[in-house]
Amino acid sequence: MTRIFTQLTSIAAPLPLNNVDTDKILPGRFLKTISRTGLGRALFYNMRYNSTGDEQPNFILNRSPWRNAGILITFDNFGCGSSREHAPWALMDFGITCIIATSFSDIFYNNCFKNGILLITLGREECEKLMTRASTPAQANFTIDLLSQIIILDDGHNIPFTISKEKRKTLLTGQDDIETTLAYLSDIKSLEKKRPGWMPHISKDLIL
Amino acid sequence: MVNEAPRTLFRKIWDSHIVNHTLEEEQILSVDLHLINEVTSPQAFEALRLAGRTVRRPDLAIAVSDHNIPTLGRALGPTDPESRLQIDTLEKNTIEFEIPHIPLDSEWHGIIHVSGPELGLTLPGMTIVCGDSHTSTHGAFGALAFGIGTSEVEHVLATQTLRQKPALCMLIQIMGALGRGVTAKDLILAIINRIGTAGATGHVIEYAGAVIEDMDMEGRMTVCNMSTEAGARAGLIAPDATTYNYLRKKHFAPTGSLFDQAINDWQYLRSDEGANYDTIVTIDASEVAPMVTWGTTPEAVTTIEGTVPDPAREGSSTAKHQMEIALEYMGLKPGQPLAGLPIDVVFIGSCTNGRLDDLRSAAAMIKGQTVKNTVRAMVVPGSSSVKAQAESEGLQKIFMDAGFEWRESGCSMCLGMNQDQLGPNQRCASTSNRNFEGRQGPGGRTHLLSPAMAAAAAIHGMLIDIRTMP
Ligand code: SF4
Repeated sequence: MTRIFTQLTSIAAPLPLNNVDTDKILPGRFLKTISRTGLGRALFYNMRYNSTGDEQPNFILNRSPWRNAGILITFDNFGCGSSREHAPWALMDFGITCIIATSFSDIFYNNCFKNGILLITLGREECEKLMTRASTPAQANFTIDLLSQIIILDDGHNIPFTISKEKRKTLLTGQDDIETTLAYLSDIKSLEKKRPGWMPHISKDLIL
Repeated sequence: MVNEAPRTLFRKIWDSHIVNHTLEEEQILSVDLHLINEVTSPQAFEALRLAGRTVRRPDLAIAVSDHNIPTLGRALGPTDPESRLQIDTLEKNTIEFEIPHIPLDSEWHGIIHVSGPELGLTLPGMTIVCGDSHTSTHGAFGALAFGIGTSEVEHVLATQTLRQKPALCMLIQIMGALGRGVTAKDLILAIINRIGTAGATGHVIEYAGAVIEDMDMEGRMTVCNMSTEAGARAGLIAPDATTYNYLRKKHFAPTGSLFDQAINDWQYLRSDEGANYDTIVTIDASEVAPMVTWGTTPEAVTTIEGTVPDPAREGSSTAKHQMEIALEYMGLKPGQPLAGLPIDVVFIGSCTNGRLDDLRSAAAMIKGQTVKNTVRAMVVPGSSSVKAQAESEGLQKIFMDAGFEWRESGCSMCLGMNQDQLGPNQRCASTSNRNFEGRQGPGGRTHLLSPAMAAAAAIHGMLIDIRTMP
């Protein structure tokens, strides 16, 4: 069961950067965990804290009101690099469940939706506009409505966004992908029967 | 079939693995091989357990700890309890779910993208997935190989399939020939420089042209490995005689008449004449020089004769600002030449350049010389078998005589999860694939380059153009 996302009203934090990689979102040394939770404190670690572990006062998520941001605005290719799902887990654990950007990297995109995080892709101009608003505390409160696919600003303006039918449905219903796939089990099995004989089967005894 | 529309190599493998052709947006893709590591799998197994599910095809999966393991004192195991727990958890999970597991002390151990091909687990026409973005490496064999996240790992464990939208297709044609001292690593860095780190987002890249045809499997793996650094979902190279010869006698590769049958099937794995690509890029290999990165993304790269670029020349304010941050982080000034830049650490290894051929070319560069006394240099073979072969060829002796550390196989300083890390402001010449801020250790400054260039940097204590060396 995926976390359900229908509507979110929250502070949006501006992160006006391109190519924010998953090492930046969550550095490798925090990947030693075997759990999904508790990673929020390490989110953006190298930007958020200095070498002695104290908060960098200038970093956006250390400042009021953005400390409580549930939405992040950024630019191109957000989430590039490593496939680590620890990056979306860290965002979610911090409380960020919607990211608006001009583009996202592929694996990160899928990883987020699997966790009920909504990613919205907008044009450069719209993103710039939201970035400016998010940078002004009095205007930084947005409402994201997935049902009607709009971002509602506090001046009453709406910005529509598009999203694939399938991804939208997953978020709205929290449907379990595995369950949906297993409905096709007989198709899966009949395709596997056609698997050529030269493809490897790895017998357990071969290794141990 | 008559009048069948011409298809790309990607499309052929994709089509033959679609479970149900009536689905529209996302397809269900049958997975032939699932590679599992200790870092991205524990939460997947846990979720499986919580849902009361089993692993559908443990015979089509194999697990190995490669990211979070010590590369010195292997027999003692990792010293920190968190790392130990992660490695033990993988072993426990593989026992519980009856998945084959390669232990740390096995002669088969290695970074999975190095060991998999060496064992003949990677074969043309297969679909391969792994919770690791450099799964793109396996595309060198004409296998469709995707990096996936942990929820997808769980999905593959439970169903032996992956849900995906079909990718777009990009053809990168590399004409001409690579010059002296220019390697597959330089070529892929030049390609990323050209198309950008998001240049192939949503695409599978097929590499073709004379340079690829002449390239050995190790070079092809280096190229496909870094496809993900251009944003691609996968890299692909059509299998040919070079591929078949590499696979002969590999442990899991077919033998006898089964091998003949396989070759028969593999002949068909090439893009048809007239197949449609969404994007086509042509590269003239003769223009590629030894490359070195100056920034904190792989596209921030230039030739060794180049200089650090000037943020003032950047068009957009975001790009300018970002370049300033990168130069500040890297401790570099606009206009500064890269050749001559002093280096503190040299790392030769990773799934990009930790193969035997990489070690050979590095060793050839340093034979009979000594690592500069200001430099810490290490070689981390990509697999135990690379290590054993390098030792039997005398490469280990060359490295150790020169003053290199000689380690056990693993990811090591490529991502700095274990104790192999850069210190703040340490400048590293690295054969790995990512120069992200803090990737090799907090505050560490990474310059990506080829094994030969890294070896030369170790001897001279600075970045140097290997073509100007005697
Ligand atoms: S060597 Fe580096 S890039 Fe390759 S799998 Fe290991 S950590 Fe990832």
